Amino acid sequence: MAGAAADPREAAFQASIDAERSVEPRDWMPERYRATLIRQIAQHAHSEIIGMQPEGNWITRAPSLRRKAILLAKVQDEAGHGLYLYSAAETLGVSRSELVEMLQTGRQKYSSIFNYPTLTWADVGTIGWLVDGAAITNQLALTKTSYGPYARAMVRICREESFHQRQGFELLAQLSRGTPAQRAMAQDAVDRWWWPSLMMFGPPDGSSPNSAQSMKWKIKRVSNDELRQRFVDMTVPQAQALGLTLPDPELNWNESSGHYDFGPIDWDEFAKVLNGDGPCNAERIRVRREADSGGAWVREAARAWAAKHSHPAAGDAA
Amino acid sequence: MSTDVVAASDLQVYALYLGDDCLILSHRLAELAAHAPEFEEDVALSNLALDLLGQARALLTYAGVVEAAGRDEDALAYGRDDREFHNLLLVEQPNFDFAHTIVRQLFFASYQLALYRRLEHSQDLTLAAVAAKGAKEASYHRDHARLWTVRLGDGTKESHSRMEAAVGFLWPFTGELFQPDPITQRLVAAGIAADPAALEPVWRAQIDQTFAEAGLGHPVELGIRQGGRSGLHSEHLGHLLSEMQHLHRSHPNASW
Amino acid sequence: MKERGSWPLWEVFLRGRRGLAHQHVGSLHAPDWELAVQNARDLYTRRGEGVSIWVVESAVIHASDPDDGGPLFDPPADKVYRHPTFYEVPEDLKL
Repeated sequence: MAGAAADPREAAFQASIDAERSVEPRDWMPERYRATLIRQIAQHAHSEIIGMQPEGNWITRAPSLRRKAILLAKVQDEAGHGLYLYSAAETLGVSRSELVEMLQTGRQKYSSIFNYPTLTWADVGTIGWLVDGAAITNQLALTKTSYGPYARAMVRICREESFHQRQGFELLAQLSRGTPAQRAMAQDAVDRWWWPSLMMFGPPDGSSPNSAQSMKWKIKRVSNDELRQRFVDMTVPQAQALGLTLPDPELNWNESSGHYDFGPIDWDEFAKVLNGDGPCNAERIRVRREADSGGAWVREAARAWAAKHSHPAAGDAA
Repeated sequence: MSTDVVAASDLQVYALYLGDDCLILSHRLAELAAHAPEFEEDVALSNLALDLLGQARALLTYAGVVEAAGRDEDALAYGRDDREFHNLLLVEQPNFDFAHTIVRQLFFASYQLALYRRLEHSQDLTLAAVAAKGAKEASYHRDHARLWTVRLGDGTKESHSRMEAAVGFLWPFTGELFQPDPITQRLVAAGIAADPAALEPVWRAQIDQTFAEAGLGHPVELGIRQGGRSGLHSEHLGHLLSEMQHLHRSHPNASW
Repeated sequence: MKERGSWPLWEVFLRGRRGLAHQHVGSLHAPDWELAVQNARDLYTRRGEGVSIWVVESAVIHASDPDDGGPLFDPPADKVYRHPTFYEVPEDLKL
């Protein structure tokens, strides 16, 4: 960053950040701040959009009508949250078309957790409980992020998502006290999703290249490792309440630190999945591209119709 | 309530007619989650599916109550085979493309809105309550379908021809919407059901007006494919049910 | 880049309940105002957040320049006489 100090506006920008003033869309901002935010918000939005697929996979097979309604509403929320976030990214000067293109060509990433398959109904509950639990831990920290539109989107999303984790927990609780087959299904799902959930917070602080600058700009408020620890501390008692075992023999309460210790995370697997070699990477992008290209004629027709029909005023606003 | 003068079995089947329509169409719309032409439309289609699912649950629950044999909404949704489903053939037709989805929505929502507006005055208070709430939802569904029908019909050459193909495929199922059957007619006489034949003029006016705006045409005579109300379905329903019911049936006696 | 054919951007304003003014809640894409209203209803009122919707095409909004923030918004700071607390009146009178 040493070279960038040439712009005197940068010091004023940092001073404003340090004084806890929100950055708003038309403010001057360092190009790297803008680029970092676009990358992060877009990745967040893409995660919501791609995240619809693993759970959407079970909507048509939900085993009760109540569960079907809950799941449908949840997947719908994810589309909505993707939209709030795309809007926030667009205030930084990137268009919807560019964002979609970057997702579909792999130039921007989404959370690698969604490259794992949902194999049983219990995966739906486990995603709600663990994946949404991890996401909320991360998102709560982001409600105070320095960029105004991003922070406001986060506030709205956190408010709406509070039901997601609870429904996941409730779903698993039902399985856990259900038949032996249901119980086994729940444990199997937790075994598969636990480690990928811990990876959702990103690489350890020591090897997270962009973290320091993001913290300085207050885009990021809490470090990866600290958020991960918060999540583990919150989740272990919940697992006990569910009567399910988290698949980590090293998971232990540490009296002196006041936190749970946990075993080493397989960062090689994380890198592998992030770089495209997860079980579902190709499938997720294929489905997304298919929906987008399959809808091209609809988007075009609507634009053509709008061009043909210049609209009279909607009526008096009030 | 005049349910004491009508057979409970008639009322139960009628609730299934209406409830199965909602359940099956909701399933078709839910299949589109994450597959809509634009993210905003994904949210819209999910709303339609959720509205219909809510109506289905109320109606199936009521069918179970009237039957008084201990079957709840899930027993009825997951425990019946395709010959026991009473939905219209129209609602089980596959999505194929967005044009088919929209035309199916326009045909059904226009029908359901006319139906619910009559059923709001039913002597059966449960049906009247479901219809009163459902009419608001159906009205929105009709508007959603109408806006899209107009845009796609009068959009591009491709969208127009896709809409023509969808109308061509779905029109044969329109006659069944207004086809009287003995069960419904007995309930009409008792002031409980809406007379299907009486809904046709309202429906036709809506379709004609929308099609005129969209630059689309349709045959004069309604289609003649029917059988859904008596459990004679197209091949599509069996596949839909096998997907919907598989997990539930694989775990008899489990709670979810 | 190949044009994907996205729709224009619209800003959405909601009246939370009668008696309140419309407030900006976010934005969305739609091909025309009717679908923009419909999309706004589906996207921003899923939990009953509003009773009335305005949509405005983002492209037609004109905004003040944040660099003019000083000239535009600082001058009132010393005009304390515009605020009722500037005036001293007897405490026991309802003024």
